[in-house]
Amino acid sequence: MPPVTPRPRDPAPSRLSYRLQRLWLTPLVRALLKTGLPALVILVGVFWVLSDGNRIELVRQKVASTRYNIEHLPEFTVKLMRIDNASREVSDDIREVTAIDFPVSSFDLNLNEIRARIEELDAVASADLAIRSGGVLVVKVLERKPAIVWRSRDALELLDETGHRVAALARRTDRPDLMLIAGDGADQVVPEALRLFKVAGPIAPRVRGLLRVGQRRWDVILDRNQRIMLPETGAVAALERVLALNEMSDLLNRDIAVVDFRNGRRPTLRLNARALGLLRPVALKSDGVNPL
Amino acid sequence: MTALYQRQRAMRHHRQAALQRGVIAVLDVGTENIECFVLRFDGVADAVPGDGVGAMAGQTRFRVVGVHPTRSRGVRFGEIDQMEETERAIRTAVQGAQKMAGVRVDHVIVCFSGGRPRSYGLSGEVEVVDQTVSEHDIARVLAACDEPDYGAGRQVIHALPVNFALDHRSGLNDPRGQIGNRLAVDMHMVTVEATAIENILYCIKRCDLELAGIASSAYLSGMSSLVEDEQELGAACIDFGAGTTGISIFIRKHLIFADTVRLGGGHITGDISKGLQISMTMAEKIKTRFGGLEVTGRDHREMIDIGGETGDWELDRRQVSRSELIGVMRPRVEEILEEVRARLDGAGFEHLPGQRIVLTGAGSQITGLDQLASRILGGRVRLGRPLRVQGLPQSATGPGYSALVGLCLAAAYPQDECWDFEIPANRYGGHSVRRVVNWLRENW
Repeated sequence: MPPVTPRPRDPAPSRLSYRLQRLWLTPLVRALLKTGLPALVILVGVFWVLSDGNRIELVRQKVASTRYNIEHLPEFTVKLMRIDNASREVSDDIREVTAIDFPVSSFDLNLNEIRARIEELDAVASADLAIRSGGVLVVKVLERKPAIVWRSRDALELLDETGHRVAALARRTDRPDLMLIAGDGADQVVPEALRLFKVAGPIAPRVRGLLRVGQRRWDVILDRNQRIMLPETGAVAALERVLALNEMSDLLNRDIAVVDFRNGRRPTLRLNARALGLLRPVALKSDGVNPL
Repeated sequence: MTALYQRQRAMRHHRQAALQRGVIAVLDVGTENIECFVLRFDGVADAVPGDGVGAMAGQTRFRVVGVHPTRSRGVRFGEIDQMEETERAIRTAVQGAQKMAGVRVDHVIVCFSGGRPRSYGLSGEVEVVDQTVSEHDIARVLAACDEPDYGAGRQVIHALPVNFALDHRSGLNDPRGQIGNRLAVDMHMVTVEATAIENILYCIKRCDLELAGIASSAYLSGMSSLVEDEQELGAACIDFGAGTTGISIFIRKHLIFADTVRLGGGHITGDISKGLQISMTMAEKIKTRFGGLEVTGRDHREMIDIGGETGDWELDRRQVSRSELIGVMRPRVEEILEEVRARLDGAGFEHLPGQRIVLTGAGSQITGLDQLASRILGGRVRLGRPLRVQGLPQSATGPGYSALVGLCLAAAYPQDECWDFEIPANRYGGHSVRRVVNWLRENW
């Protein structure tokens, strides 16, 4: 018996499908259906929504809740802050300043603003912020290095090499390794002070500090109440001359109160009273004058 | 002849409209297959044939963008036999080709092989009006051809001016602008049965398409498979179809004879089916796979399974040798070729300068047909494939597509037919009222 095969389907398109296909291939109809109809549907939908205030509110709420849900996905949550290259006090300060209560969404973090706040700290030169995978806010800090101690009218402060404040210092003896400067406006000219300290290397053990006088010139204060008064301009060169004199004639080890180099062409020495008392008769005698 | 003029001119207008739109479909209504091509014409005004550019050069003007062959239904001997079935097959072909092309097609040119085409040679002569031959003179001389009595049920499908003669000079292709007194024309006319055309018109209309032209596929096969030299020197093209075998003779690039033999590859399949007691499908299958025309010793040993699906073991395990198959096929092919030979003799083919015979059509792929044809038809026989046209897929380059490719060429570069010229006013005859109206409209 031959296998019963189903009647083969008529491969020819029906008149209807033939006509529909021809209609579909008509450019105008095609353009209308492919762009006109979707555009119409979208327009009608938009107008339908906009025609009622409640619906607008509903849409707004929906958008807001969707936004909230997305922002609070675990992938976007920042759970902790890591601070690199900072000392304990500075990182405590940073935590205090930023005042972020974790966990928080990364959409709510304004990194620029946080960075500005961190960089306002005196001890921080610059900071780099990034959110790493795993919800970690990494803060890379470049700390200011204290270069000098400044005794101002009110307090003892640490300054970096540009003169920017780093921190307060309780006692001078806490940082004996740093040089001391004093006087009003001394923090404005820290670089010059540092250069002076460098030049003063040979007499460093004797230098107690630099004093800014009248906000315009330096005095080098040595122990035994000696001081070297330097001019407003060319202070470094003047100090070099003083040191040269010192090397030649052991100037500073003598009983001298002040080496006055304010006028480079007329350097002056001020002796202590005792030295003056001893010197005067000798000088008078050499001049042929009786001291009495 | 006026009604015919009207219809053919209407088709010409449709064709022009289609060329303006740039898209036209060509359809071959065959006995075995119905094929549809969609052609796209783009920016082709410069391709007007000039010096040395012949009809063949029209192939550069278009591109085939959609192809869909489908199994023909309801067609016998190249004529529509069952309208509904044929209409469905045409719809399938047109829809497939449209889908592939991605454009909607409104105009279609159809070729068919049936309708018993018959050739007539006509001649006419007329005095040139003012020494110089104008287009009007050509129209007049074409109209002056004495129409043969081709019978009531027939219609003219082609009327091609073949040759013009001016005074004593003959062999002119285009006498316009030349000076002379007497203009004579030889015209070749092909008529087919009117019912065949009417049926096709009806089917095309049912498919929501406009008929932009109708042609005989014997002519078109010659256009696409003969090379230019063959068309020039004289050659016959024999198109082996499934239901009919078309014959066309060309000389000086004009069709001078067209005929069909109402026998074809389908009859060979039928013979195999009857002779070996197998189904038509199986017969078609073994004809295309194992068929041949020359028996060699090896063919006696080559056994072919021709089993069926009856469940009867004896019946389902039958085998025939290839030589038996050839023995069934050969007489039928010989019969077809003898018939073709008779037609060629009747047309006076032996008097042509070139005796080239080109075999084309799907049936020409039977192995050994060229040897057999050269033995029966004499002369030099070759197998022809249609010209390559742009965009034609590989599957549609076989000899079975020669008529359709020829139709593409004819659509791109239509041959002048007599209805392309204005009909002289005096041929209007019974339309005197319209003439008065026209006169009034023109003068007021």
